[in-house]
Order: sequence, then C-alpha cells, then structure tokens
Amino acid sequence: MTISLPYKRTILFGLFMPMTLFILGVYNGIMQTIYQAGVIHRSSVAGINYYQGLTLHGVINAIVLTTFFAVVFGHVTISYYLKKEPPRWSYQISMILMVVGTLMDAFTMLAGTSEALYTFYAPLKDSPLFYIGTALLIIGSWVAFAGWVKIWFEWRKENPGKKMPLAVLGTFVNFTMWFISTLPVAYEVLVILTPWSLGWTDHINVPLTRMLFWMFGHPLVYFWLLPAYIAYYTILPKVAGGKLYSENAARLAFLLFLILSTPVGVHHQFSEPVFTPGTKLWVSILTFGVAIPSFMTAFTVGASLEYAGRKRGARGLFGWMGKLPYFQKENFLFGYFICGLILFIFGGLSGIVNASYSLNQMVHNTSWVPGHFHMTVAGPVLLVILGVSLYIYSTVSGREIKFRTLATIVPYLWMIGVALLSHGMMAGGLMGEPRRTNMGLTYTNPDSELFNKHWVPTSTITMIGGFVMGAAALLYFISFFATAAGKKTRESIIELPEYEELHEEKTIPLLLNMKPWIIVSVILILFTYVPALISVFKYSAPVKNKFQVESPVNLIK
Amino acid sequence: MNKYEIRVMLLSGLLLSSFLFALLYNAFSRKIDVPACIPYNAAFEKGHFKQMDDSTYEVYVSAHMWAFDPAEIVVPVGSTVDFYLTSTDVVHGFNIDGKAVNLMAVPGGVNKVTVAFNSIGTYRIVCHEFCGVGHQNMMGKVIVKDKNDQ
Repeated sequence: MTISLPYKRTILFGLFMPMTLFILGVYNGIMQTIYQAGVIHRSSVAGINYYQGLTLHGVINAIVLTTFFAVVFGHVTISYYLKKEPPRWSYQISMILMVVGTLMDAFTMLAGTSEALYTFYAPLKDSPLFYIGTALLIIGSWVAFAGWVKIWFEWRKENPGKKMPLAVLGTFVNFTMWFISTLPVAYEVLVILTPWSLGWTDHINVPLTRMLFWMFGHPLVYFWLLPAYIAYYTILPKVAGGKLYSENAARLAFLLFLILSTPVGVHHQFSEPVFTPGTKLWVSILTFGVAIPSFMTAFTVGASLEYAGRKRGARGLFGWMGKLPYFQKENFLFGYFICGLILFIFGGLSGIVNASYSLNQMVHNTSWVPGHFHMTVAGPVLLVILGVSLYIYSTVSGREIKFRTLATIVPYLWMIGVALLSHGMMAGGLMGEPRRTNMGLTYTNPDSELFNKHWVPTSTITMIGGFVMGAAALLYFISFFATAAGKKTRESIIELPEYEELHEEKTIPLLLNMKPWIIVSVILILFTYVPALISVFKYSAPVKNKFQVESPVNLIK
Repeated sequence: MNKYEIRVMLLSGLLLSSFLFALLYNAFSRKIDVPACIPYNAAFEKGHFKQMDDSTYEVYVSAHMWAFDPAEIVVPVGSTVDFYLTSTDVVHGFNIDGKAVNLMAVPGGVNKVTVAFNSIGTYRIVCHEFCGVGHQNMMGKVIVKDKNDQ
C-alpha cells in the first residue's frame, strides 16, 4: 500500500536513528571482549571507561534498538495487514517521546553521569535525566500502541466477521504484555528512583526496586523476541518458499506468551534474599511453562521449513534442511531468519538451565548468563531486526538495497561470531568467570595477584567471537547506510512478504479473543507478585544509601 | 492444530516435567536448594566469625565497596559453615569458586546458605555483581586446612 509522507518519515527515522547509535553499541561490545581477555589492562580506552562502555552497550542494544524496532515493525505490520495508517498524532508523539528519551539517556551515559549499567540497580545512582529518559522511551512506545488499537477498532467495524490477522494478534499480544509489565518499572523509575536521585528522598528499599525491575526485565526479553516470532510465523514461510504449517498453533503460542511472560521475573532473583523458596519454585515452574510456546514455535516453524524443502524436491528425513534458499542475494532475508533460529535452539536450551531453580546457583551472574542471552537477543532478535530493518528501509524509502552481497553473508558470519562468543562465555561461566567485570585489570592480568589462568582461554575465544561479530556488523553497516544514502528509484510502499496457510483450519473462538487471556494474565501476576511483595516487606528494610560508581562514600550523610 | 502439534505440546510438557522432578528430588532428598529467607536486622552488617562447635561455624559476611569483611575465612576440613551475607552500601555478588554457592548481597536484606567444606584447599570468593569502578578487585577467600594444621 502507499504511504503518507509524515508516516514514511517517522518509520525511516525510527530505523535510522537507533541503527546509528547501534554503531556505538557494537563498538563497546567489541571493546569489552578485548578488556576481558586481558589483551589490555586498562580501565578506559579513548575516553570511555569499561563500565561506561558496558552501560552504553546494554542500553543501546537491548533497550533502544529493540524498542524502536518493535514500534516501527509494529507500524509496518499493523498498516500492512489492516491497510490503514494509524492517526498522525499517535505515531508522531510516540516517535518524539522515544527520540527525546533516547537522547537524554545517551547524553548522560556519554557524559559519564549514568554508569550503573542497563539494569540501573540502586543504590548506585544514575542521573535523574537517565531515569526520566528511559521512562519517556517506554511511554512513547505506549502511545504508538494506542494508535494501533484505534485503527483496529475501525477495521473491525468495517470488516465484520473477519479474523484478527495473525501478525496483528502477535503485535497486540506483545504490546499488551509490554504495557502491563512496564507499569512497575515506570513506578520504579518515576516514583522511587528519580526523587531519590534528585535528593528529595533518602530512604530506599533496594529489594523492592529489584523486584519491580525484574517484573519488567523478563517480559522485556519477550518484548524483544515476539517481533522475531511474528516474522518467523508470517514472513519466513513465504521467503523460504513454503507455507505456514498451522495458524492456530501460532495463535495459541502468542496467547500463551501473553499469560506467562510477566509473572516469571523472580527467576532472575533465585540467588537473592527476601523471596521465599516457595515463590522461587513457583516461578521456576511458570518459566518452564513459558518454554512450551517456544517448543511449539520450533515445531511449527520447522514444519513450515520442511514443507518448503520438500517442495523443492527434498527427500528423506533431513533432506529438506539442505534444500532451503541459503545464500541467495534476491532472498537475503532467509539467511537472517535461519541463522537466528539455529542460534535460538542453543539460546533456548541454555535458558532452561537458568530457569531451573537450584541449578541456577551454578551459573547465576557468571559469564554463562551473557553467553546464553547473546544467543537469544543477539541471535534471532538482532538478526530479524537487521534483516527486516534493511527490507523495510528499502521498501518504505523506495531505494534499492546497496551491497546486497555483503548484506547476504552478514547473518552467516554473525552466527559464527555469536557461537564463538557464547561458547567462550558459557565455558568460562561454568568455571566461575563473573559477568560485567573488567577482568583485564585483575583476573586475566598475569601481574595481578587475583590472576586466574583458567579464564584466559575462555575469554580469548569470546574475544575472537567478538571480532567476527564486529566484522559482520561492519559489513551490515556498509549496506544499510549506503542504502539509506542512495537515490529513490521506486515508489514508497508498505509491503511485507505474506505467508499462506498450509491447510484451512477450524476457527477456535478462544484463540480469537484476547480478553480471557488478559484476565488470566492479571490473575497469574497477582498470584505470583502479591506473595513476593509481602516477602519483600517482611524480610527487608529500607536503607539510607546512595552511591556513585567512582567512590565508596555514601552521598547521604 | 493436528495430532503432531498436540504430540509436540505433550512431549515438551513431559520433558519439562522431568526437569521439574529433578529439581524437586534435589531440593527434598539431597537438600540442594536456593538460599534461605532471613528477616533483615542491622546487626548483620558487622562482619564476624563464630565457632559453634568443633566442626560448625557461623560467618557473618558484610560486603562493601570493594572488599568482603572478613576477607579471609579459615576453617578446618570437614567443617560446616553457615554464611549470612549482607551489604552496607550497594549490591554485590558472592560466588565461592567450586562450591556452587552463589549469592547476592543486597543492602536491606540478609542472605543465608550452609556449606560443607570437605576438601583441603583455597576457595576464592568472587564478587560477580557490578558495584562500582573497583568491582574487579573485590575478592575473598575461604581457606580449608588440615585439622592438625591449625
């Protein structure tokens, strides 16, 4: 469909700005692997210190890039499937809030006043501008959702009896879950942390802030992941040359995410005081539950790919795997999808280890954890972001994709890089290597008395992986920015590759109505978090602590 | 959804149930569990070491930027140690190398775990939560000695 000028500008800017910041995110990622491997024994390089770089890496890659993409991809999918543009106020206000919030965050991180990493755990203090900026970014994404809801109701009135398109359901599930789970973090940053950071309040209940953070922090990872799932269900069958195996299964998977994504945040806190073992076990069980829609997705997407392979003449049980459109310039998206899926097999399985209650003690906060999540957020999530961003930028701007060959090999190279990086981190983690630590100064520095020789080979593999990922990112940036700088040669349109269903399925009313699922979601959240909140107040006390990263002196006298 | 999809759901459910069974078995039969829940009290903020009897110790660890107090804990081999952990400033981590003891030190909360040290050696304790610019220097030690070597 054609696109209005302001909508087009919003979409293109929403892709271009975070991608530009992503250069800084990637640079700081590579630098960390060099510090950690003990190649350099320094606290800072080129004016950015290790922890400042780590903060930039986490906030830009995991919050800014992912949230912008979820919103822009939401605009494109909703408009493509409903054949409507959202009201102008919604996408413009949303983009302005997100951009202003991001600039506030970027400014305070670069100025060195917010270095408490992307989890901003109190009582380490960030600048109040950082807390407010993060809140604006989140609120901006809510406004975009409000616009989609409005055109959805219009569409429903105009198309009585029609099913909600699968991609619309996926997007709505994602943003409903996102809205519910960002309320606690909005409360944390605006009501607790900002006044405390400004010096208006002294007391802070640290376990409470941590619980509120993880009420948001885990749904956040599904918020990154669901756009990728939407792409796997609705775009991949088409680009693979096959059909979607079952739409009902896809709908059920999305709705299961809606009920199970939020009440599992405590599984990041198995090693903490304050929560009872009962709460922790319950959350472990729920997290096993949320693995089921991922197993279903693996099956449905796998079956869709198998169908595509067999259509190309594949034989035998596994023959279809060799008959898929790898390394095809005209079909570059396929590489991004399949490489993401391959990484996600290992990302998902390692995630089950993390979720496993007492087994978590083996890996909690070791480098195993970033090893795991680079195979999810830097696997399917990022690869879908990169591939689809290039596709959307080209179709919406009307420009040809430049350096297509480079863009085609990027995902394969990236996958090799992530595999090495994650292997190094996970192997090190099993030997106790801590995450988020400038190991080059001590643990991987032979001159330090804290030197640990076991962590040198693992962190070296991590660094090699980091270099390969950096090379892949460089090739991608060449293609993306050359495309953005190119001349308009075609009409600007909103278009997506659209799946077909393999077979007509019976309509299941429960899978078409989000309301009962939202109710179950709220019940599960209350059932989990009311006891958790009671434990917080029973087992902890507020403290008068406020610290900056540079100094062990309490800012509150 | 056809029979294959139903089977996939059942199989993945069964797989996860077997994992859950393993966790429950370890928690109830082998006493491998997550940290216990202790109500907070400011008295825990002072690091100290208590011998309860020949082979039982209580260690109150206070983490602060950028050291553990006590930094070095010496016990005879075969000891059982209760660790109580809190922080006086920001959040810290507490990971005893080779012992699967993995705790967070959170200001305003007290963490507790019981560990048996059955082999002689030095166990390093690493802070694994970012706690400021000195984070990578923050380390402690448990030294387990021969009983006759005190």
